[in-house]
Amino acid sequence: MGGEYRHIGKATPRKDARAIVTGKAEYIDDMKLSGMLYGKVLRSPYPHARIKNIDTAKAEAYPGVKAVLTYKNAPGWMAGVPYHRPVLDSTVRFVGDAVALVAAETEETADEALELLEVEYEQLPAVYDMEEAARPGAPQLHERIPGNVFPRGFRSIGEKALQELVMGDVEKGFSEADIIEEATCAYENIPNPLPPEPPGVIATWEDPEHLTLYTASQSAPMNRNFAQPALGLVDIRVIGMQCGGSYGTKNANFIPMAHAAALAKAAGRPVKVYFSKEEHFNAYTLRLGSRIHARIGIKKDGTVTALQGEWFVDTGAVSEMAQVQVAVGLGETQLLIRCPNWNMQPTLVCTNRSPSGVVRGFGGQELNCALLPLITVVMEKADLDPVDFFKKNYMAPGAGFYWRDGIWRDYRGIDFSKAIDKGAEVFGWKDKWKGWNKPTVVNGAKRIGVGVGLHGNADIGEDESEANVKLSPDARAVVYSCVSESGMGERSALCKMAAEVLNLPLDRVNITPADTLVNPFEFGLVGSRGTYAVGSAVIEAAEDARRQLLELAAPVLGVKPEELDTKDGAIFAKNNPQKKIAWYKAMGIARTITGQGRFETDFSLCNCMIIFAEVEVDTETGKAELLRVVASTDCGQIIDPLVLEGQLHGSLGSAGIDTAIFEETVLDKDTGHIMNCNMIDYKWRTFADLPKFESIMLETPVESHRFKAIGVGEIAPAPGPGAVLMAINNAIGKRIMTYPATPDKILKALGRI
Amino acid sequence: MKTDRDKGKASRGVATAEKNISLTVNGKPYELMVGKDVNPDHTLAYTLRETLGYTGTKIACDHGSCGACTVLMDGEAVLSCTMLTVECDGKKITTIEGLENRETGGLHPLQQAFIDNTAFQCGFCTPGIIMSAKALLDKNPSPTEEDIKQELAGHYCRCVSHYLVVKAILSLAEKGR
Repeated sequence: MGGEYRHIGKATPRKDARAIVTGKAEYIDDMKLSGMLYGKVLRSPYPHARIKNIDTAKAEAYPGVKAVLTYKNAPGWMAGVPYHRPVLDSTVRFVGDAVALVAAETEETADEALELLEVEYEQLPAVYDMEEAARPGAPQLHERIPGNVFPRGFRSIGEKALQELVMGDVEKGFSEADIIEEATCAYENIPNPLPPEPPGVIATWEDPEHLTLYTASQSAPMNRNFAQPALGLVDIRVIGMQCGGSYGTKNANFIPMAHAAALAKAAGRPVKVYFSKEEHFNAYTLRLGSRIHARIGIKKDGTVTALQGEWFVDTGAVSEMAQVQVAVGLGETQLLIRCPNWNMQPTLVCTNRSPSGVVRGFGGQELNCALLPLITVVMEKADLDPVDFFKKNYMAPGAGFYWRDGIWRDYRGIDFSKAIDKGAEVFGWKDKWKGWNKPTVVNGAKRIGVGVGLHGNADIGEDESEANVKLSPDARAVVYSCVSESGMGERSALCKMAAEVLNLPLDRVNITPADTLVNPFEFGLVGSRGTYAVGSAVIEAAEDARRQLLELAAPVLGVKPEELDTKDGAIFAKNNPQKKIAWYKAMGIARTITGQGRFETDFSLCNCMIIFAEVEVDTETGKAELLRVVASTDCGQIIDPLVLEGQLHGSLGSAGIDTAIFEETVLDKDTGHIMNCNMIDYKWRTFADLPKFESIMLETPVESHRFKAIGVGEIAPAPGPGAVLMAINNAIGKRIMTYPATPDKILKALGRI
Repeated sequence: MKTDRDKGKASRGVATAEKNISLTVNGKPYELMVGKDVNPDHTLAYTLRETLGYTGTKIACDHGSCGACTVLMDGEAVLSCTMLTVECDGKKITTIEGLENRETGGLHPLQQAFIDNTAFQCGFCTPGIIMSAKALLDKNPSPTEEDIKQELAGHYCRCVSHYLVVKAILSLAEKGR
């Protein structure tokens, strides 16, 4: 790998590596602004209640308190489509919903002031099940969302946003099928992606028209792009801090951004709102709940002829953009299953629990994981090897799909069969696969089963990016790109791309802070778009800068620009390398050169991840243990092998693979309280429980940009849960159709309890 | 829902207590006055970060179950969010900021190994993991892979850098053999 390139494809230290290992990397809670206050939130103990009365007098009079906000005096900013999520409301809709806000000189004072708030609630009936919520007569959450069912559509992704998947003729498709199966399956464990760092924002108003936000966001510019309309188009400057993990959950961050901005406005001073881990568990982004009632028809050879169903999506009490997740989910399911006849009807519902929102997997993981148990049933009926089925059905040249904007795309990327085959070979699939419901190994009460899952995403070229590259006469370059760092090493990857184009040592290339005041437009680091979308803009900017540099050098050297090249800060004639000058001789010392680049949305490429899993089930205790994972992808061109490997390992984290075994948010459906809202009761995989993990990263060039690469990080967890559930089912010879396969479900399936 | 609000209560009414807490952090001595610099409910993690400015130590769960706040106390890895500063009188603390060579500014071999192996993603859990790894290597310069995994079992890493972390520490362990 990386043979033809100087930097691309090679493992290089991350630009922020030294800061991270010395503790100097600055995260949001490490920052204090002069005069900064601490914002705290009074949270509802009830799942659904009307605030009858709220007395703030004692809190306001408490020494050190600088602002108290309730629904009565909070700004009228709103989020969601339709607008339904205010800064504060007179109704609370989940346990942990915001009731009031306090800003004070110290955290302790703010906490104490919360206790002085006197609130009288009128409790209202609550609803927790997504289908119950959608039925007539159910308790109603929002006036603007009648029947608790969100209206379809989300204009910012296009007037025809994909809000149902209808094509061909499903009845005709079923009539052509050899096998038809129908089932209800659910991926509704609403796990918490739970980045180690809780969410946080510091807001400060320079004047009534200028708001500055410091944010722990994976996509700092989204705070400006999304919040500006909601905040009456005041000028928002966003500065991205080092982000301590996001996995999708820290993007636009309306809450807590709105809380910090509202308090800062009221107090006239900077305010930090930083969640405790309990708030993080109780009042921050969970994965969408997903349940399908669906019917699938296939031919004996694995050709899918029809897929019809209802897809219920539970977003909890509020949603900032779940309609976009529905659209992307409907898109991604077509990448998994090539089928000419579809009728998939989603229903997006609100319920009285902590909100779901943007999470790595973005609708696609939720839909495909729910569909997989049903697909498993037809594969079994047809006695098809799942590897063959996926290979036959995954997106390939010659096929196409409707993407999130409702527009058909002919796929123009690579065939991923090679990655599937290589994964199967390394895993030893042919030897381990004994057929459906058959364990690979039986060892007393313990049985080992194998499974496979696959997932892809065409958001790798979503939305727009702009970048500038500035060259200075001392042979240095600065990339201007508004990209935050939340763990994917993207800021370093962009420097590598610019260094490659300019043929500079990597330490000669730097990147600006993720500051919207300084940088050109950037959408944000989502959907694995960093490599292709952001990368394309940076490459174009670097090429533009290089062209300008050579044009300046040409008259000095008396050689045409196209006959010149540059390396390590020298410009030379290609046919006579001795004829060379330093950059500063071409530029003069009082000049910089700025190249510009822009990327326009391209939905015609997708990525692909395949996960093979080997799971041992103890049939006496019902415990399932993940023994081995093989993750395989083809990314066109590796930018950095260690960073990519880390992304693949990420399939075990961020509410991914373990949502098939033990990860879930346990909601008490009598009280609306989350029962496992701490890091002991919420289960997570430790260093002592690591399965054997092998990564396969193939490099078949993709027609993306100059380096033929595409991103893949976002989808790493998505194929995992289905693969693990399949492995468990094969180990025990019984079917479990919902996640996670906890010991009680396994023992029940085995008839032991 | 429970909140952290109970924390504040304990701090009232202790402002008159007068006692000094002596701490040595990364070789530097500090005298902290109880009631002024330190309240009885201040955790060591809070004092290190908020009072003394050692923000390299991270707080994630603040309940002793994720390992992010790990520092060395007299050479032992401890969870600084579960220790009260008033109980740390006379202790020698090492934080992530104390690992670089004080004279040369050079990195500790563990820090270099983490860089060389890109043994982090978001980096938030990294300081805690490095401190535990240091405690392990100080006691056992050539731990096995299993030793490393057991030692780090209390560290939450959600990006899943576990494999590259183990590789980084093993690269030093092999040098120790």
